[in-house]
Amino acid sequence: MSLAVTDLCVARGGVPVLTGISFDLAAGQVLILRGPNGSGKTTLLRTLAGLQPPLSGQIEGAEDQIAYAAHSDGLKSMLSVDENLTFWAQVFGRKDIDAAIEAFRLGELRRRLAGTLSAGQKRRLGLARLLVTGRPIWMLDEPTVSLDVDAVAMFARAVRAHLAQGGAALIATHIDLGLDDAQVLDVGPFRASPEDLAGASDEAFL
Amino acid sequence: MKALLARDLALALRAGGGFGLGLAFFLIVTVLVPLSVGPQSELLARIAPGLLWLGALLACLLSLDRLLALDWEDGTLDLLATSPLPLEAALSVKALAHWITTGLPLVLAAPVLGVLLNLPAPGFFWLVISLLLGTPALSVIGSFGAALTVGVKRGGLLMSLLVLPLYVPTLIFGAEVARRGAVGMETQTPLLMLAGITLGVIAIMPFASAAALRVNLR
Amino acid sequence: MSVTEPKTQPKRPSGFWSYANPVKFLALSERILPTLWWLSVICLAVGLIWGFFFTPDDFRQGSTVKIIYLHVPSALMAINAWFMMLVASLIWIVRRHHVSALAAKAAAPVGVVMTLIALVTGAIWGQPMWGTWWAWDPRLTSFLILFLFYLGYIALWEAIEDPDTAADLTSVLCLVGSVFAVLSRYAVNFWNQGLHQGASLSLDKEENVADVFYFPLLVAIAGFVLLFLALVLYRTGTEIRLRRTRALLAREARL
Repeated sequence: MSLAVTDLCVARGGVPVLTGISFDLAAGQVLILRGPNGSGKTTLLRTLAGLQPPLSGQIEGAEDQIAYAAHSDGLKSMLSVDENLTFWAQVFGRKDIDAAIEAFRLGELRRRLAGTLSAGQKRRLGLARLLVTGRPIWMLDEPTVSLDVDAVAMFARAVRAHLAQGGAALIATHIDLGLDDAQVLDVGPFRASPEDLAGASDEAFL
Repeated sequence: MKALLARDLALALRAGGGFGLGLAFFLIVTVLVPLSVGPQSELLARIAPGLLWLGALLACLLSLDRLLALDWEDGTLDLLATSPLPLEAALSVKALAHWITTGLPLVLAAPVLGVLLNLPAPGFFWLVISLLLGTPALSVIGSFGAALTVGVKRGGLLMSLLVLPLYVPTLIFGAEVARRGAVGMETQTPLLMLAGITLGVIAIMPFASAAALRVNLR
Repeated sequence: MSVTEPKTQPKRPSGFWSYANPVKFLALSERILPTLWWLSVICLAVGLIWGFFFTPDDFRQGSTVKIIYLHVPSALMAINAWFMMLVASLIWIVRRHHVSALAAKAAAPVGVVMTLIALVTGAIWGQPMWGTWWAWDPRLTSFLILFLFYLGYIALWEAIEDPDTAADLTSVLCLVGSVFAVLSRYAVNFWNQGLHQGASLSLDKEENVADVFYFPLLVAIAGFVLLFLALVLYRTGTEIRLRRTRALLAREARL
């Protein structure tokens, strides 16, 4: 398992936002994406997750390896915590949700409807979803939003456990997760210049 | 796939899922028709097959925007697109769930409403058969419309505009089966055409829907 | 020190596809548009004046038959405009040339007006002939359904902000819509055998309209084809300029 990204250029709405991005992510590694709002972190993650095509460059090793978590968790408020997790486990062809419940301390909430959870609890449930997918590469977009200090620590533990089992993670975040050997990729230097329009959908019109 | 079907069914049946709304709409349309065209039973008997088909079609259309919009809002579609389940399969399953929760109840309710409209006795059998064969096509075509307009805010009206012309062949053949059945004519040709359309859209439409949805997810 | 290879220039397409470049397309269309406008006006004037004033009245239909010079060409263009949109949509899906998508977008309003002309002239013709403005004849019904397809297509273009997304979605709709338009045509034929006379133009001589009507009709059709081409080229140019403005503004905002 390893993810290799070479000279990647990603676009939002047909306009390049980040260009020339290259990195390797091997088992047990974590890469933190940093950059101000609107710098293209989300676009990069969506591209890597296969939700949108890159303008240019190669992504290797991403196929069927990625568990993606964005701002919204895909939870159904009328289903219980158990049902939500079981559903995602089954979609990814797995059954066991106990480990995920355990890791994010959702045990007492198992029967509660997701709609009645607090924002932080929902987020924990959304992150627990990552564990039930069984996918090796986690791609997380601001995973700590609405989490309290304890929950952030809980999340960091889950990431460390995932890495220890040979997983990898790519996390866009502003806060320090306390992950010791995390590499940091600041996307700032990779911002596409306004002149750099190769492959952009507007290119032909300029 | 089974999990997605079970989840969609469970969501539709729980509070706020909107189950039964289509059915109630079908009932109301059927009640309003005699109020608007007059109570003469022979007139109602003549237009009953077509009206019941139209009512079922509109009830189906009404519930289409729930097919994908809710999953779009809470991010489920993003996550499904990155899951091992192909979008084509996911959309087929969602159309099936839509049919079970909307189309099938309409089929079952149609004979009861047929009584209200004075549907001739031989018409009941053919009405149920034609709806049973035709409503799956309505759900599948509808899922295409939903996939096209899922990114448009308040896209319900737009979706109706896109989907209704696509419903024309299904409506013509479906209502024709019911109409011919009610007056005792042979129904084989339109029945075969209806079945052909339904099987055709079930086989091909999910690819178009998935293509549209992928564009919208970008 | 490593030697860097000089970057090879991206290969520019030559021949037909080179006109997929918006700038080149604009230059070409500006060059040929005046000629097209004039040709279409001349053909329309000749065809319509010839048809209206220098052909005999039909022995059954009287002078009402002369609306054929508007009705048949517009009906023809209503269908061909959709066909052109289908081809352009396919080109966009396969080769992703923006001009193609914009040409499809530009053709839709022209097609919808052609459909409307065909419907209205048909109603005006039908009134004295069949004694009714409208009958649920298969041809009439098919055109009404085609009209609805055009409306849906245009509405989808309008509803989506991102131009590439809109181009993709409308192309898919155009493909699916074409299949269903053909299906609807057969369904409607099955549903009601109609009043409408057979095709005015066909290779079968027996069915055809008489030669006196035929030649001015051909000129009028040529006029409509040229008018359609001119309108679509003109409108495509407008769409290209709109996209260019948008692209320039977007770049300005980023500078």
